[in-house]
Amino acid sequence: MATTAAPSDIDLVLKAPAPAERRKAGPGRVLAWTALVLIMLVTLFPFFWMLRTAFSNGASLATQPASLLPVDPTLGAFERVLGLASTEEAQAQGGSGAAIDFVRYLGNSVVVATFITAGQVFFGAMAAYAFSRLRWPGREAVFFLFLTALMVPPIFTQLPNFLLVRDLGLLNTYAGIILPYFFMTPFAIFFLRQFFLGIPHEVEEAARLDGAGPVRRFFGVILPMASGPLATLAILQYVQAWSEYFWPLLVGSDDRVRVLTVGLGIFRSQTPQGTPDWAGLMAATLLAALPVVLLFAVFSRRIVNSIGFSGLK
Amino acid sequence: MALTSRAARARSTADLALHVHDYRPDANGSRRERLTALAFIAPALLGFAVFYFWPTLRGLYFSFTEYDVFNRPVFVGLGNYRAILEDSTFWNAMLVTVEYVAINIATQTVLALLLAVLLHRLTRSVFVRSVIVLPYLIANVVVALVFYWMLDAQIGITNQVLGWLGTGPVAFFGDQNWAIPTIALVNTWRHLGYTALLLFAGMVMIPNDVYEAGRVDGASEWKMFWRITLPLLRPVLALVLVITVVGSFQAFDTVAVTTSGGPGDASRVIQYYIFDLAFQRLQFGYASAVSVVLFVILALVALVQLRLMRADQSDVA
Repeated sequence: MATTAAPSDIDLVLKAPAPAERRKAGPGRVLAWTALVLIMLVTLFPFFWMLRTAFSNGASLATQPASLLPVDPTLGAFERVLGLASTEEAQAQGGSGAAIDFVRYLGNSVVVATFITAGQVFFGAMAAYAFSRLRWPGREAVFFLFLTALMVPPIFTQLPNFLLVRDLGLLNTYAGIILPYFFMTPFAIFFLRQFFLGIPHEVEEAARLDGAGPVRRFFGVILPMASGPLATLAILQYVQAWSEYFWPLLVGSDDRVRVLTVGLGIFRSQTPQGTPDWAGLMAATLLAALPVVLLFAVFSRRIVNSIGFSGLK
Repeated sequence: MALTSRAARARSTADLALHVHDYRPDANGSRRERLTALAFIAPALLGFAVFYFWPTLRGLYFSFTEYDVFNRPVFVGLGNYRAILEDSTFWNAMLVTVEYVAINIATQTVLALLLAVLLHRLTRSVFVRSVIVLPYLIANVVVALVFYWMLDAQIGITNQVLGWLGTGPVAFFGDQNWAIPTIALVNTWRHLGYTALLLFAGMVMIPNDVYEAGRVDGASEWKMFWRITLPLLRPVLALVLVITVVGSFQAFDTVAVTTSGGPGDASRVIQYYIFDLAFQRLQFGYASAVSVVLFVILALVALVQLRLMRADQSDVA
């Protein structure tokens, strides 16, 4: 449920007045900072614990459950989930030895999230252009109809969509996982429309006088101007597609097309030696979270500033 | 979950920078423009018709049938809806879901307000905001599994700490009474920073002069929060509440990978129940009816909230 804002909000945030009263370092301020730091620590601790456990030897975890450092440090958990360890090695460190091919799931997640993002951003931009800068009868009515799609809870459409995908023979295919999200998401259209509406009329008018038709104006003028919002939208939709669990669970549980989230759910339900393979599980969650964390490290300013109030999803 | 028109209206009062250069909607454009528009919305229209509109109609139809996914659906009129009234598992699921939503929303909103105020009054650091929003970018499934490990009854770190404090161990996910609060708080952890950033964005729009005036009058931070921030934030807060409540009602991922609805039916939230009905018990018609009921409830909840909080009227203007 990504919520983002049109560029105007970014400006608002950046131009926002600096917090006042830096000079007063009274007890209230110290208390406030303490609370903020505390919240940040609580936010970060699970990530630290994920790391600490992933580098531990699963078989020894129980001996030092509260150690802040990895217990009996090893890369075994990663070797296990990446299919590099033999069955015996895996079992010696608390793994199941059953084949869980995270490299493949990682690849599947990349394929699915990339196609969904590309489709949503491209088709969303086209539709947004038609809804904001082209004149045609029924424009507002169709736009309103699209917006109502935001109201319907996903589960409601996902049951019939499952049947549709099944009847099309697309169960356990990439196409089945991707298609329902590929052509449109109301959010993308709304988000980009807001931005396109804000582009001054004159910009396009100049191209029009040069004889450029609407298609050329879209690709030559509007899209390049919108590269920032397009990138923001792409990042947000990628993260969301990467995190999706329910739909790929319904239509893509087969090993060949299984995405990371679904694979993790299955991995968790395997309890080789009475308990889950905790070290392996944390290594796997770390691998699943890593691409998003890296993406975020690079684009954090863009993402953080885009969370505001114009486009609600 | 959208409320977009409401959002747009709420925004229009606060929106300072956007200059809208719109063509008149009554202008029909040239023939070339109309054809281009048709071509440009064609993919989205296809997606809308096939994957939103048609399934909505189909889902409604299924809700009046008995359908096991393999044989043809059999029309049963209001039979499913009547069955819902007497379905104790459904009512339990509703109860559990409401409990989940109450705990999740109460903790999340209060903490997010606190966090947003801290951000607003202390710092504009992108780093701080990045750290705070990070959990929201991590998949639900990943978050659920990390907490499943940290809250493990035997060797989870939380129970180690509880042990030092002389209590526990608590089977957070395995205990009837703890399952729902635990799942709710896990989701609070994931959504806290994100919700705070939404509220923060709303606070930034409050003119600084108001605070200056308050300070001149000698108002404390505490007083300014209650007299300035909260009243002026109300439209934004209302929207945040509607979005988070509606989202919270649809909890599924965390339940699916941790408790699978258990122990017993203790964490069988409504969305998980629908999944269960449709894909494990193959009662597709009945599952559709339950999801229609969920749809109606969500619409009502959103409406009532917007009414109560007069979300479309801003105090800022």
